[in-house]
Amino acid sequence: MSLLSINRLNLDIHSKPILRDVSLSIDAGQILGVIGESGSGKSMTAYSVMQLLPDGATTSGSISLNDVKLLDATEEHMCSLRGDELGMVFQEPMTALNPVQTIGDQVAETVRIHRAASRSEASQIARETLDRVELPADRFPLSRYPHELSGGQRQRVVIAMAIALRPKLLIADEPTTALDVTTQAQILRLLKRLVREDDMGLMMITHDLAVVSELADDIVIMKSGEIVETGPAKTLFRNMNHPYTKTLFEASSHVPNRPVDSQKAEVPLLSVENVSRDYSLPRTRLFGAPAKFRAVNRVSFTIAQGESLGLVGESGCGKSTLTRAILGLEEVQEGRIQIDGTAVFSGHRVNRDVRRKMQVVFQDPYGSFNPRHKVSRLVAEPFHLLDDPLRSMARKTAISEALESVGLHASDANKYIHEFSGGQRQRIAIARALIIKPKLIVLDEAVSALDVSIRAQILDLLADLSDRFSLTYLFISHDLSVVRSITDRVLVMKSGEIVEAGDTEIVFGNPQHAYTRSLIAAAPKLPE
Amino acid sequence: MPPLETTKPETSLVRQALQSRNLIIGFVLTMLFVGVALVSYIWTPFDVETLNIPNKLKTPTLTHWFGTDHFGRDIFSMIMVGARTSIAVALIAVGIGIVLGVPLGLAAAARRGSWLDEIIMRGNDLVFAFPALLIAIMITAVFGPSAVNAIIAIGIFNIPVFARLSRGAALSLWTRDYVLSARVVGKGAVRISAEHILPNIMNLLIVQGTIQFSLGILAEAGLSYVGLGAQPPIPSWGRMLADSQTLITLAPHMALFPGFAILLTVLGLNLMGDGLRDLFDPKLRNERR
Repeated sequence: MSLLSINRLNLDIHSKPILRDVSLSIDAGQILGVIGESGSGKSMTAYSVMQLLPDGATTSGSISLNDVKLLDATEEHMCSLRGDELGMVFQEPMTALNPVQTIGDQVAETVRIHRAASRSEASQIARETLDRVELPADRFPLSRYPHELSGGQRQRVVIAMAIALRPKLLIADEPTTALDVTTQAQILRLLKRLVREDDMGLMMITHDLAVVSELADDIVIMKSGEIVETGPAKTLFRNMNHPYTKTLFEASSHVPNRPVDSQKAEVPLLSVENVSRDYSLPRTRLFGAPAKFRAVNRVSFTIAQGESLGLVGESGCGKSTLTRAILGLEEVQEGRIQIDGTAVFSGHRVNRDVRRKMQVVFQDPYGSFNPRHKVSRLVAEPFHLLDDPLRSMARKTAISEALESVGLHASDANKYIHEFSGGQRQRIAIARALIIKPKLIVLDEAVSALDVSIRAQILDLLADLSDRFSLTYLFISHDLSVVRSITDRVLVMKSGEIVEAGDTEIVFGNPQHAYTRSLIAAAPKLPE
Repeated sequence: MPPLETTKPETSLVRQALQSRNLIIGFVLTMLFVGVALVSYIWTPFDVETLNIPNKLKTPTLTHWFGTDHFGRDIFSMIMVGARTSIAVALIAVGIGIVLGVPLGLAAAARRGSWLDEIIMRGNDLVFAFPALLIAIMITAVFGPSAVNAIIAIGIFNIPVFARLSRGAALSLWTRDYVLSARVVGKGAVRISAEHILPNIMNLLIVQGTIQFSLGILAEAGLSYVGLGAQPPIPSWGRMLADSQTLITLAPHMALFPGFAILLTVLGLNLMGDGLRDLFDPKLRNERR
């Protein structure tokens, strides 16, 4: 008898079908990877187990944890199970902890709710649990607050809360999606160790095939609320019976077709020379200058016309600061940034000429657009940079052309942004960047928030556009596989400095700097 | 993975509004009050400026629905005309608050952390420290009592309310990617505030405006009660209450009806504000259900 068995689970929310005929089981000590793209129902499966479904949800079928039928359990009974026998880890470590409570109290709380433990006993258990998640007492006393910890450390605290009472089943919903690759690798190792030590069942929900292929014993692949394929991790990718599995697998390691060195001129389009950017830290003394933090330290590089350059680094490495400086959003203290021989800033003002030559695509397809404007107005925003903005017909034509060049319809111009999916929104963001025909497009994590199959399409689109409009890309990302697939050259950035630079294939094939090597080693890999 | 967004098409907003009990009750009460004020321009049962002393302190009858006051004036007619005063004072005061407060708040948000932000926000704190009543007394001391001075006093009191609200909401919008992309195309702070920030804080302003409107009516009644608002012979709910004070045992209806008028109007506006907030903020709505 399995630890958790879900049998023919159907879920409707406000009579809209969400899950259909979902059956799966997890044994003690087993790691089950549940993979799917957004809207596939993978999180809803987890919430069904936890009985944390939204209002208007109706379920049929059965979910049993050992002998307890969870679908029939009362809320009171579920409360005693959650945190005790069922643990859950969420995606976003930044919001999963209460900012005004110490980490010790938050871990101890779980203990005190479920066990008749005294305050000191609960603290004792909290201490032991934090040790188990590798937050040692000398550096992480119970009295620490969440804001004093990094994202990875917070995720460890969240895991500690979930495993404090040694639950039989742990559900982890995208536990590493918000983390850097090296941190992700550590958290995955930690989860694996905990599963082995406690003989716990782990349901690992993720959209990333590579993550689960290394971690999980068995894999379930979901699509539109149904399980399309299931099997042991070792053999599933070898066989791949369902076409969707193949699509997913291919999309994950997708390399867009890019023309080889067509017209790469030697003239640099963007040149960054000795750029430094300091931020003042909050004052600690009443008199004297506040201390400074150097976010970017004497960085130099160039991008040639038609080239695609990748900038890789983990959060806090200074890549966003550098991006903002290039885009003319913030002035740098030292050094020069030039585009086509013109400085971005002259006399503390941004040159309009320079702005006309570059545009940007941001990461979040949901936050990049003013929800109150129609697509035509959103896409046409860069016309503000033209001295003679196009009028009526010419404007309409330009908008239609931009939309069609990214694979949308001219008629989409009359819609509002909420009518589009994430992938379509990212296409609109690219259309907005293209409309004034810039030379340089800065892609700031532009595909990081997208599902793998959508990401593959957007990468193809970018490759195609660079060919058609001879665009130059500056591709900023923490995702090594994406950078590898679309760039000619790559820069690796750490603590405000560029530690390694070179042709993408050479850097990835034979990394010189220790940091580059650790990045590449930490990145989860798909089985060949 | 981005969270699934549950944006609903704008058209269903009307249907959602029809399902909200608070909103409907609030809207009906508010419309009743506005309607009464409008009708008073063309018709009232009796003239409110004609005294009819022999007819004084009549309890409600079929001719005088709400009775008469100590000068024999028809209370129902006075409440109708008083609604006019209340609306005018509160509406203009809220208008002053929005017209001056919102741009100040937007400017502070656009230049956050700068000296401009400091001056605006500390100035707000200063004004906020004085209650509307105190400001009214100061203004009256200088210019003498009148409805206009009441408007100015309540209006000044409204400025920091809207400045703070719009600064807070605008600050979070300034970090959005669409504001960043507007900056990348070289749009200035004024233009971004007008195109991207203001439309997105409009719903907050509407809700706050409704609530400030009800507070304005209360403040006007309060100022008139102490004699700092509209001057005789212009009828005002607050002064009707003040007049009834000494006669409360003799003619309780004189206090009852203006009191109810204030109560229902403020209740209606507050319910409408609540309902509007629920309507604009789906998260809150789900929690309440």
